[in-house]
Amino acid sequence: MGGTFFKNFSFFSATLSFFLLIGIFSILFSYAQDALHEFGFDFLFNEVWEADEDDEGGIFGGFIPIIGTLLSTLIAMIIATPLAMGIAIFLTEIASSKIAKPVSIAIELLAAIPSIIYGMWGLFYFAPIVQEYIGGNGVGLLTAGIVLAIMILPFMAAISRDAMQTTPAVLKESAYAMGATKFEVIKDVIMPYAKGGIIGSVILALGRALGETMAVAFLIGSVMSIPSSITDPSTSIPVLLANNFAEAQDLEMSAMYYLALILFIVSLVIISIAKFYFLRTKVK
Amino acid sequence: MSKKDLVMEVKDFSFTYAGVDKPSLNKINLPIEKNKITAMIGPSGCGKSTLLRAMNRIHDLYTGNRYEGEINLYKEDDSIQNILKLKKENDFIQLRQEVGMIFPKPTPFPMSIFDNVAYGLKLSGLKDKAEIEHRVETALKGASIWNETKDRLKKSALGLSGGQQQRICIARAVALKPRVLLFDEPTSALDPISTGAIEELISELKKELSIVIVTHNMQQASRLSDSTAFMYLGDLIEYDKTDTIFLNPSEKLTEDYITGRFG
Amino acid sequence: MNRLLLNKLILILSTLSAVIGISFLFWILITLSYKGISALSFSIFTHDLVEGGIRNLLVGQFTMAILASLIAVPIGMMAGIYLREYGHGTKLASIIRNLSDVMMSAPSIVIGVFVFALFVAPFGGYNGWAGVIALAIMMIPIIISTTDNMLALVPQELREAGMALGGSKHKIVLQIVVRAAKVGITTGILLSFARIIGETAPLLFTSANNQFFSMDLTEQFPSLTVSIYNLATYPDESSRDLAWSAAFVLTVIVLCINLLGRFVIRNKK
Ligand SMILES: Nc1ncnc2c1ncn2[C@@H]1O[C@H](COP(=O)(O)OP(=O)(O)O)[C@@H](O)[C@H]1O
Ligand SMILES: [Mg+2]
Repeated sequence: MGGTFFKNFSFFSATLSFFLLIGIFSILFSYAQDALHEFGFDFLFNEVWEADEDDEGGIFGGFIPIIGTLLSTLIAMIIATPLAMGIAIFLTEIASSKIAKPVSIAIELLAAIPSIIYGMWGLFYFAPIVQEYIGGNGVGLLTAGIVLAIMILPFMAAISRDAMQTTPAVLKESAYAMGATKFEVIKDVIMPYAKGGIIGSVILALGRALGETMAVAFLIGSVMSIPSSITDPSTSIPVLLANNFAEAQDLEMSAMYYLALILFIVSLVIISIAKFYFLRTKVK
Repeated sequence: MSKKDLVMEVKDFSFTYAGVDKPSLNKINLPIEKNKITAMIGPSGCGKSTLLRAMNRIHDLYTGNRYEGEINLYKEDDSIQNILKLKKENDFIQLRQEVGMIFPKPTPFPMSIFDNVAYGLKLSGLKDKAEIEHRVETALKGASIWNETKDRLKKSALGLSGGQQQRICIARAVALKPRVLLFDEPTSALDPISTGAIEELISELKKELSIVIVTHNMQQASRLSDSTAFMYLGDLIEYDKTDTIFLNPSEKLTEDYITGRFG
Repeated sequence: MNRLLLNKLILILSTLSAVIGISFLFWILITLSYKGISALSFSIFTHDLVEGGIRNLLVGQFTMAILASLIAVPIGMMAGIYLREYGHGTKLASIIRNLSDVMMSAPSIVIGVFVFALFVAPFGGYNGWAGVIALAIMMIPIIISTTDNMLALVPQELREAGMALGGSKHKIVLQIVVRAAKVGITTGILLSFARIIGETAPLLFTSANNQFFSMDLTEQFPSLTVSIYNLATYPDESSRDLAWSAAFVLTVIVLCINLLGRFVIRNKK
């Protein structure tokens, strides 16, 4: 294989991810044109999703899946963030290396389990518990949020732990050498030192939760209605796409592309903020 | 030398790191005199830091280390405390406020200069704002860095030069009014000018407290210290007045090291 | 004393979080194993979905994941090589690195939608190739980033030594640098394979599913994960049991590949 060919092939491969990103954006954007023209930005706040009798057109608003996505993600973040911080603190500052190692492996395995397993497990084992002790039908925003939290938890904990572990030992030691307690060292030295990585991990997990399909699909209830309580069923953008995208026609299909475009842009913005603003210092 | 002149005393102290078979320190005996500077010298890896870190129990942040013997702290009320017997978190905190430590590299916390120096005071429960400000100022003056920092107290300590940072760390430790201050090669990361400033500061400090300093720089030991301990491969080979160690050592090994034949 | 109490409290809460995290892992793994194994029989490995087995699903899932790897690994590795060995330090390389980093976390369902628009709708229906492409798109950024990071660990002296011997650039890259980073890159490939073989969302409306054994990638293609999604929501007990068995098998496969990537290879080093 000649050197020039090798170099050109590697260059072409590298530019591919650029074209992919542009390609996804343009495809979603162009297929969403009809809906964009028809509904504009009101799409975001319109809660009606109804096809006409003749299947030709209708009114399609994205409010319900958007709100469902935001609420299930919010619930997941509220539950997962403190737990992930606790785990990261446990792994870096509390556990001896004998314990920290297997716990770390367990956390990483938890992160490797496919999301469909979380969804299925949640449906058969977790939904009944929510139904019995909190109320509702079992499936709904709360159940979806909790299982989503379990799913993003190991991911968030692992990145926060990595960030906390970059705190130099001497820095911690010199705080201890002044009589600081463990908690004070965590609060005053480790947290400020690892701030970027920790915030980055939270935002990255947020991006993940927003775009998650399978863990939520089993659990959110998949109904096009505005939830009036936290245990009510609703739907989210990924779930609506998963269940209805392929069967949709014309304008409805275009509205679906519109939703996918919104999800894509929001995710990219969130991920970019996490990676390039907060996690940058870590990578150097 | 009567016990009245001592602030600490290491007796038959042995130390083995977790997961290692061979002890890193063998039956060390070392007195630390009040308001004096005690230097520890010896080739790299001989156990100087290990001994120093035992003296305020920093080793206890990591599990699995084994040790025996005694390290006594002679308290102000003339009572004797074997610090190796301490178990409660609160006792560790007390000890570390009494026996402070300065590390080889400057370790400013990610906060403002003022907050760095006030950190220990706040930990110790001091709430009175005026009192804190007063003690911070005194400590910064004591560490000869007040003039350079008084206009930027609210700025991050990370923006200072290495030598300035190290003096902030000393001020931070001094603010707590410890009785003993342990220095582990405090100038090893600094340029000659900053080193001079720190050495001057250390000499000043012995009026108020007792100092133990680890150094691999023999000129530094001979310039600064009153007594010197020479260590080699985990043993304390010789301890005496600094002049004696440098001019007339009784051990061959000490002489070889002093004259630069190894190390 | 107040601060000691607060300290204790926080330490207990942190430990509790770890206990909660671990409990969920065990809770999920134990219920999954219990349900999965009790419904498991050897015959599901010899029958296709239409006869109540998962043989075709396993073959289909692996076929798509392997084909996706065959596309993604060379492209991803070559792109990683460009970023580290040819374009390193240039503006273009850093832009591409960032874009690829972002692509790594793009929602998988959106990638499904994109592939649907390009490779399903114009061709008149679901097909295996569309599934393969969706999985490859997910995999490429992961491979790029692993290759890039692993090549970064290769000491500069090695490249210089190769240069000093008069080797041409691409030979040094291939024969010295990539070889030195082999272990790390292999681990990365295995981990990303473990990740895509468990994917469902990008397959839902690309390959979709097929009840019958099929190796024809121009038709709907059997998928284990898509079948789990369908079977689990059927009302009849036997479908659910099959879903549990399939979920169990999938998890075992994913975790085994993952562990293989983490340990066997790391030890080889
Ligand atoms: N954390 C540790 N675990 C195991 N051995 C250690 C550790 N720290 C130091 N040692 C060993 O203990 C000995 C003394 O080290 P140290 O006290 O740091 O030497 P010095 O400060 O005199 O250069 C050395 O042989 C060193 O390798
Ligand atoms: Mg040392």
